[in-house]
Amino acid sequence: MPAVSKGDGMRGLAVFISDIRNCKSKEAEIKRINKELANIRSKFKGDKALDGYSKKKYVCKLLFIFLLGHDIDFGHMEAVNLLSSNRYTEKQIGYLFISVLVNSNSELIRLINNAIKNDLASRNPTFMGLALHCIASVGSREMAEAFAGEIPKVLVAGDTMDSVKQSAALCLLRLYRTSSDLVPMGDWTSRVVHLLNDQHLGVVTAATSLITTLAQKNPEEFKTSVSLAVSRLSRIVTSASTDLQDYTYYFVPAPWLSVKLLRLLQCYPPPDPAVRGRLTECLETILNKAQEPPKSKKVQHSNAKNAVLFEAISLIIHHDSEPNLLVRACNQLGQFLQHRETNLRYLALESMCTLASSEFSHEAVKTHIETVINALKTERDVSVRQRAVDLLYAMCDRSNAPQIVAEMLSYLETADYSIREEIVLKVAILAEKYAVDYTWYVDTILNLIRIAGDYVSEEVWYRVIQIVINRDDVQGYAAKTVFEALQAPACHENLVKVGGYILGEFGNLIAGDPRSSPLIQFNLLHSKFHLCSVPTRALLLSTYIKFVNLFPEVKPTIQDVLRSDSQLRNADVELQQRAVEYLRLSTVASTDILATVLEEMPPFPERESSILAKLKKKKGPSTVTDLEDTKRERSVDVNGGPEPAPASTSAMSTPSPSADLLGLGAAPPAPAGPPPSSGSGGLLVDVFSDSASAVAPLAPGSEDNFARFVCKNNGVLFENQLLQIGLKSEFRQNLGRMFIFYGNKTSTQFLNFTPTLICSDDLQPHLNLQTKPVDPTVEGGAQVQQVVNIECVSDFTEAPVLSIQFRYGGTFQNVSVQLPITLNKFFQPTEMASQDFFQRWKQLSNPQQEVQNIFKAKHPMDTEVTKAKIIGFGSALLEEVDPNPANFVGAGIIHTKTTQIGCLLRLEPNLQAQMYRLTLRTSKEAVSQRLCELLSAQF
Amino acid sequence: MSLHGIRFILIQNRAGKTRLAKWYMQFDDDEKQKLIEEVHAVVTVRDAKHTNFVEFRNFKIIYRRYAGLYFCICVDVNDNNLAYLEAIHNFVEVLNEYFHNVCELDLVFNFYKVYTVVDEMFLAGEIRETSQTKVLKQLLMLQSLE
Repeated sequence: MPAVSKGDGMRGLAVFISDIRNCKSKEAEIKRINKELANIRSKFKGDKALDGYSKKKYVCKLLFIFLLGHDIDFGHMEAVNLLSSNRYTEKQIGYLFISVLVNSNSELIRLINNAIKNDLASRNPTFMGLALHCIASVGSREMAEAFAGEIPKVLVAGDTMDSVKQSAALCLLRLYRTSSDLVPMGDWTSRVVHLLNDQHLGVVTAATSLITTLAQKNPEEFKTSVSLAVSRLSRIVTSASTDLQDYTYYFVPAPWLSVKLLRLLQCYPPPDPAVRGRLTECLETILNKAQEPPKSKKVQHSNAKNAVLFEAISLIIHHDSEPNLLVRACNQLGQFLQHRETNLRYLALESMCTLASSEFSHEAVKTHIETVINALKTERDVSVRQRAVDLLYAMCDRSNAPQIVAEMLSYLETADYSIREEIVLKVAILAEKYAVDYTWYVDTILNLIRIAGDYVSEEVWYRVIQIVINRDDVQGYAAKTVFEALQAPACHENLVKVGGYILGEFGNLIAGDPRSSPLIQFNLLHSKFHLCSVPTRALLLSTYIKFVNLFPEVKPTIQDVLRSDSQLRNADVELQQRAVEYLRLSTVASTDILATVLEEMPPFPERESSILAKLKKKKGPSTVTDLEDTKRERSVDVNGGPEPAPASTSAMSTPSPSADLLGLGAAPPAPAGPPPSSGSGGLLVDVFSDSASAVAPLAPGSEDNFARFVCKNNGVLFENQLLQIGLKSEFRQNLGRMFIFYGNKTSTQFLNFTPTLICSDDLQPHLNLQTKPVDPTVEGGAQVQQVVNIECVSDFTEAPVLSIQFRYGGTFQNVSVQLPITLNKFFQPTEMASQDFFQRWKQLSNPQQEVQNIFKAKHPMDTEVTKAKIIGFGSALLEEVDPNPANFVGAGIIHTKTTQIGCLLRLEPNLQAQMYRLTLRTSKEAVSQRLCELLSAQF
Repeated sequence: MSLHGIRFILIQNRAGKTRLAKWYMQFDDDEKQKLIEEVHAVVTVRDAKHTNFVEFRNFKIIYRRYAGLYFCICVDVNDNNLAYLEAIHNFVEVLNEYFHNVCELDLVFNFYKVYTVVDEMFLAGEIRETSQTKVLKQLLMLQSLE
């Protein structure tokens, strides 16, 4: 094969390139280039017409200069002239120049498109190829407009050469990516699918890419490609290594085409049984080949073979339906985990991560835990260690959580700075999710703070406090543990925050021990005070005032501290204000008032773990979410689920109004409001901030909160980085009153704050809402209240929408949430005996009066929780009415202004099947329907 | 699944000089320069014990070093690493055959021919042709037209 000599054909170009290479300095290079540019400009402007060769040479030099990084502002016309040359080399340079220096000059585009058009029509495969490559490189909208209709014809024409078909397929793909609206679907699509059968494997390779891209957006139109792809794949994997001749790469038959076919199949669910059998055989063959001794020692052989294997495994995971294949895939990856090639170890860890989320292979993945832990300790490449962390996280469940969390903690001591924060989040999530024993959870989080305090974000320490507050079985232990941890001579400020908060709430639980008497607790905390930042000091001041309530004996000591100049005259406004107010409060308030104002925090409303949200944000939405969702289905959360609902209902039922307001803050330890969130600037990237329409789409997640309010009246309806919306409401007969609390979580004012209540046209005749506007300015950290008077005129289905607009900083914010005013709020419970119940039940036996729903339990089936929910729903819970004690029956009357509607309900749990049957009977079909919907969503 | 294929192909020497840059997405010139510098920074610090893959912005770079040259392909994170790694090698073998023991200087003096080789093997961000025999046959045919 003849070698290409250096710059053959264009001596002048080679000389110029040599000159540039010989330049000793940047200045010399620029000088030489300017000289050349002057030369070329004069040639182009000269009177003598340049011949094709010279034009080509100069255009090529200009291109070289451009690629060196210099601007080129002329020569485009000469390049366009080259396009119409009949010589390949001149045309090629012309097209290359156009492809590299795309210019949107419309006059030129017209000329270029004209030249391309001529070449496409030339029937000269070389020229057609150049034209197609140029379109594929530029891919502009103008080109799509000009050629998107033409190229499919070239692609499927019977007399088109193979190499042109390849280019046409990919050229069309490019136009489809940039301007899919301009590529018309039509007859050609079915003929393109049949290219999968083409003799020429290069054509099949190009066509497979095109079909894969088209199929992603038009799956129906291309679904016949599935069986064709499977048979093509089958022919490849069963061929002997020499059958495919030049498409065999290091003894592997058509590896790239196999990969592409396997990716095409990942656009579709598992195929019909007939095709599926054949595909399963292919996949088994690929897995079998991985076990055969290699046909070559070259890394190219193993890479090509494994490229196909990994893609096959991706398909197996995508289908997630063949337990046998999934487990085999897992075993194969398990072997790679110990392979001497770093690439394979990395890819095996990565691929196993997705296998861990399949219920069929989760257990098989878990058997490799020791190897993965070892990888964490020994791998030299940080990206491999990162994959090991990911995999440990993905394979974690209750059985191995203590081990995995312990290993991650110990790795954290030496982990690369770049991945510490992520590991901290992961440990915090796993510890929470799989805690059986909450003392372990508390220990783990305190360890996190000890080992990597700087990487523990606010979310993490907020969360530990939420959990400790919500679980009274761990509060004493938490107090004892933080107290001990605070003994360390140097402890992280985050520990002081957690410690301060927890002792302020639960210090009394350990005060009986003389080693942690109130005064010792106080002195310990106060010894850290001066080393801490302002927000932490503010928090500690709140702890002190809480101590005043918990431990009257230290009140004088604390008053002394508050009274000192360093507090009362502190330059920081927040600290000064707290000191002044707390001192005053401790002096004037009676013990009763102190006890009420400084009461223990009520349980936090359950919501998605803020840490999980943060991890999702960090990792981008896709990967983490998927894993989490599938895992959630498999194992029931300890903290997720509905358990806290009855707890908070009861806590909310007798609240003093002030205590209730306290519950609205995510972190504030005391009535004075949250510590100024100094570091929150970075967190303000908000999902809602980019929606600027008049009414924002319903806030994601608000649906969930809405459902929580069906059976209760108080709590947090909505919360994001900026705003928290809390509700307190009461209903009597057909009337109700709702207090809406808007809390500004930032330290900056909200301006033009306008909440609007929106009742749709359908809802309006049935529900009257009256309210007064609120003050348009909401100060940083402040809370404003709005009262809504509610009248139910007649039964209704929809819920009103609360839409809020305000200006925060420079941007307009929009939040819309459904307001939980639901029909069941106007329930009055009715007690009745068994006999009465069944008599009425029979009276309502008209098919329109009954609505039934059979559904799967979404939460653990707990009798007490269910009872609490039915009561919260508003009906009476009738005991000893149903002959089957496992069933629940209820009765009540819905009051509207116009009418009263009697309602009976019966809920039959089936523990074995984890299902419920809910039956509603009322005199009005729409009412039965709506109540059934609302209540079904609660279990 | 990826909808975009290859984002760009870069050949750089150890000093960071670009020997080939082929873009399959619209980037403006400043952005291209930034990408070139970032890729160089990311790739040159890695040693032989490291993988041939490295996360890069929202993508990943699959790269292989041949003497003083780094061949880099930027793809989506869920693309097949080994397939692209061998696509690089396949490309290098074609260059080696075409230029008869290719060296960095061949790529400098024949930069306009390297583009032709690339277009034969990769088009629109996809693998177009993988058969070395077919690619070389086509290249020789084109060579004969000069």
